[in-house]
Amino acid sequence: MKNVLILILKRSGASLITVFIISVIIFIGVELLPGDVAQTVLGQSATPETVEAFRKELKLDLPPHIRYGAWLNDFIHGDFGNSLANGRPVSELIGWRFANTLFLALSTAAIAIPLAILLGMLAAFYRNTLFDKLISTTTLSFISFPEFFVAYILISLLSVKFNIFPSLAIIDEDMGLGSKLYAILLPSLTLTCVVTAHMMRQTRAAIINVLASAYIEMAEIKGIKRLRIIVHHAFPNSLSPVINVIAINLAYLVVGVVIVEVVFVYPGLGQLLVDSVAKRDLPVVQASGLIFSIAYIFLNLSADILSMLSNPKLRQSQI
Amino acid sequence: MTDLSFLTQMFNQKKITRRQFISGLSALGLAAAVSPTLLSGNAMAATPQKGGRFIMGCTGGSTTDSMDPGTLTSNMNQNLNWQIRNNLVEIDHNFNVIPELAESWGATPDAKVWTFKLRKGIEFHNGKTMTAEDVIFSINHHRGEESKSAAKAYLKSIENIKTDGKYEIIFELSGGSADFPFILGDYHLGICPAGTKGPEWEKGVGTGGYILEKWEPGVRAFAKRNPNYWKEGRAHFDEVETLSIVDTNARTNALKTGQINYMDRTELKTVHLLKKMPGINVLATTGTAHYTIPMLVDKSPYNDNNVRMALKLAVDREALVKQILRGYGQVGNDHPIAPVNKYHAKNLEQRKYDPEKAKFYMKKAGKLDHVFNLHAADAAFAGAVDAAVLIKEQAKKAGININVVREPDDGYWSNVWIKKEWVMCYWGGRPIEDMMFSVAYAADAPWNDTHWKNAPFNKLLVAARAELDTDKRRKMYEDMQEICRNDGGTVVPMYNQMVEASSDKLEHGPMSGHMAMDGMRNAERWWFKS
Repeated sequence: MKNVLILILKRSGASLITVFIISVIIFIGVELLPGDVAQTVLGQSATPETVEAFRKELKLDLPPHIRYGAWLNDFIHGDFGNSLANGRPVSELIGWRFANTLFLALSTAAIAIPLAILLGMLAAFYRNTLFDKLISTTTLSFISFPEFFVAYILISLLSVKFNIFPSLAIIDEDMGLGSKLYAILLPSLTLTCVVTAHMMRQTRAAIINVLASAYIEMAEIKGIKRLRIIVHHAFPNSLSPVINVIAINLAYLVVGVVIVEVVFVYPGLGQLLVDSVAKRDLPVVQASGLIFSIAYIFLNLSADILSMLSNPKLRQSQI
Repeated sequence: MTDLSFLTQMFNQKKITRRQFISGLSALGLAAAVSPTLLSGNAMAATPQKGGRFIMGCTGGSTTDSMDPGTLTSNMNQNLNWQIRNNLVEIDHNFNVIPELAESWGATPDAKVWTFKLRKGIEFHNGKTMTAEDVIFSINHHRGEESKSAAKAYLKSIENIKTDGKYEIIFELSGGSADFPFILGDYHLGICPAGTKGPEWEKGVGTGGYILEKWEPGVRAFAKRNPNYWKEGRAHFDEVETLSIVDTNARTNALKTGQINYMDRTELKTVHLLKKMPGINVLATTGTAHYTIPMLVDKSPYNDNNVRMALKLAVDREALVKQILRGYGQVGNDHPIAPVNKYHAKNLEQRKYDPEKAKFYMKKAGKLDHVFNLHAADAAFAGAVDAAVLIKEQAKKAGININVVREPDDGYWSNVWIKKEWVMCYWGGRPIEDMMFSVAYAADAPWNDTHWKNAPFNKLLVAARAELDTDKRRKMYEDMQEICRNDGGTVVPMYNQMVEASSDKLEHGPMSGHMAMDGMRNAERWWFKS
C-alpha cells in the first residue's frame, strides 16, 4: 500500500504543475486568437466606439500578464471569476453542466464497459470464428462512422420513425432520475457505439495474449473448461491494459462529446467550452479547460493505481 | 350597406368566423372599405384560444448570451426579449408603428421635438408602476460614452430627453426625423425598470405578456403568462418555453417528433421534404433581410464605377435565388430597400445578368486581366461560399476573373467584413428607409461597409429624414435608391425569405416580415387551436 501512497503523492504534485502549465497555455492560446470578447459579443453590430466602451468595462485594455496574474490570484483564492460575456459567475455556469456531463458519461459507461468486456471475452473465447469477426466488424464500423452520423441514424429510427425515444435530450433539475435516464438514452447509445470497439478490442487482445502463457496451458491440461479459464484465470491477469483503455475512454466521455451534445441539445460542458472559445470568454475557457485536464489527470492516476492493485507483482514490489 | 352591417353584426356576435366574415366582405367587394380596427381589434380578441405550452426551438443561442438590451444578438434572446418586455411602440405586420407602452405621440412641424404620452397604470413584473423615469433610463442605457449598446448609433440624433410629469416624455433631436417613432420600435429599446444593472438584466423584469421564470443562456428559457398583462387580445399561451437548438437537423427532428411546436431557419435543401410531413406548416415570410456583397470603394480597382458596374452586371441573380435560396427569395436591385418597404422604388429598372455589358464596362476600366478576390465564409449567411463560387463562374462568362478566398467563420465580422476589399455579407434590413440608409450607406455611418461617400445621396438622406410630405419623401427615397443602384459599392443580389416551420396545431394572424419568428413576437401573437 505504501507504493500506492507514494504514487498518489508524486502524481498529485506533478499534476499541480501540469495544471498550472495548462492554464498558461490556454491563456496564451486564447490571446493568440484574432479578436476579443468585446468584438465577438457585439458581432456585426460592433462599432469602434462601443467595442472600446465594452473593453474598458471588462478591463481588456490592461496588458495580458496583468490580466493573467489577476485571474491566477483569484483562482488560487477559490474565485473562478465571472463570465466576460454575460457577467455571470463561472462557478454557476459550470457547476450544473459539469454534473450533466458526468451523468451522461457515467450512464454511458454503465452500458458500454460491461458490454465491451463481455463482448471482448466472447470474442476471445470464440476467437477467429465467424462470431469473433462479426463482433469486431460491427464495433469497428461504429467507431469508424462519425458520431453525428450514428446519432442521426438512431434519431431517425428510434425517434422519428418509431417515436420511442425523444430526439432532444434536454434535462433539468426538476426531472426524476427515471425520466432523466429516458431522456439521455439515445445520446448514451450513440456514445456506447463510439467507445465500445476500443475497449472490446483491448479486452480481446489482452485475454488472447494471456491465453498464450504457460499457466493457461497448465489449466487446460488440468481439464478446466475454456470459459472458466477465460473468466477466472485469463481475465484477472489481463485487467491492467483493460483498465487503462477504460480510463482513456472515460476521459473521452467527459471531455470529448461536444458533437453529441449539439446533436441531442444536451446541456453539457462541451457546448459551454465551444461557445466560450468562440466568444473569447477567457474565465470560462480557463475553468472548463482546467476541469477537463483535471479529469484526464485523475482518471489516468486512478487507472495506474487500479492496475497496480490488480497486479500482485506491482502490489508487492518497491518501486 | 345593409349587407355590410348584417355581416358585421353576425361577426361581432360570433355567429360567423373571421374567415367567413372576410370572404363575405370580399363578395361584397368591400374588403378595402371596412375599418381595419374592426378586424384587428375584434377579430383578434374573438378568435384566439387561451392556454397550452408553446415550445420554440431557436438557432443562434449561445451560452454567452445576455438579456442586457444592449447586446441582444441571437434569435433566442431577441425573441425572449419581446416575450417579457414591451417597447414604447410596436411595428406591426404592415410596417406601421402602432402604440405599445406609449398611447400616443406627436411632433413639432420640423419633426425635431417628439412628445410621447405613456399609458397609465402599467406594472412591471416586480410590481413597480411604469413611469417616464423608467423609459428615460431604458433609452439612456443605449446612449452616452460608456454605452456598449448596438443601438447607440440609431440614437445619436437625440440631443436631450426630458419629462413633463410622470407620463410624458419629450425627445429633442439634433435634426428633423419623420420616422423617429420607428426607431423606438427597435428590439434593443425595450422598457425596463429604472436602475437595472449588471446581473439584474438576466432576471428579465419587464412589462411584457410573460414573466421570466428560468433563463439559462444557450440552453433554455421558460416564462409563464403575466396574469396582469395590460394588452388586450395578446399573449395567449399559459407557458412559453424557448430552447436553443443550434443544429438544424436537431431542430427539424424535434419538430417532427412534436417535442417543439415551432422552429426558425429550416434547412432550405430539405424544406420540400419537410413540407410533405403531415402536421407541419412551412412558413415563408418576405421581409427586409437581404444578402450583400460590399466592395471598399476607396480602394483600387473598386474606386472606378466601371468596375463596380461590371461586377454588378456579372452576377446572375435569378440563378442565385434558384440555387442558393431554392426559390425562397427575390432578386435584388443593388440597393437595400426591400419590396416590402413603404418607399421601395417599384419603377426602377431591375438589373439583369448581362455578361456582354459587364465585359464592356470592365474593358472600359481596363481591368479584364485583374483577379478580383471575393472573401467568403458561411458566417456571412448560409450558402455564402457556394454563392461566391457561383458568382465566380457567372463572371467568367464576362471574361472577369474572380478568386474566391475562403475565410474562417470565426471572427468573420471583426476580421474580414469592412477589412477586406470585397466580401460576402448579410443585412437583416430595417423597417424604414432612413434607418437602413443611415446605418450602412451614409458617409459617416460606422457600418458603412463600402466606405461609399456620395454627396447628392447624403444630402437627400438628411432632407428626406425631416420631410413630412409623403409624396416628396417618396420621390427622395426613390432617387436615393437609384443613386445607390448605379453608383453604390455593394451588389445586392437577393432578398431572402425567412423560412420557418410550425406545428399545425398553432394558429396565427398575418405574419410580420419585420423580423424572423413573426417579428419576434410569435409568443405574444400566436395561439393553439382549440
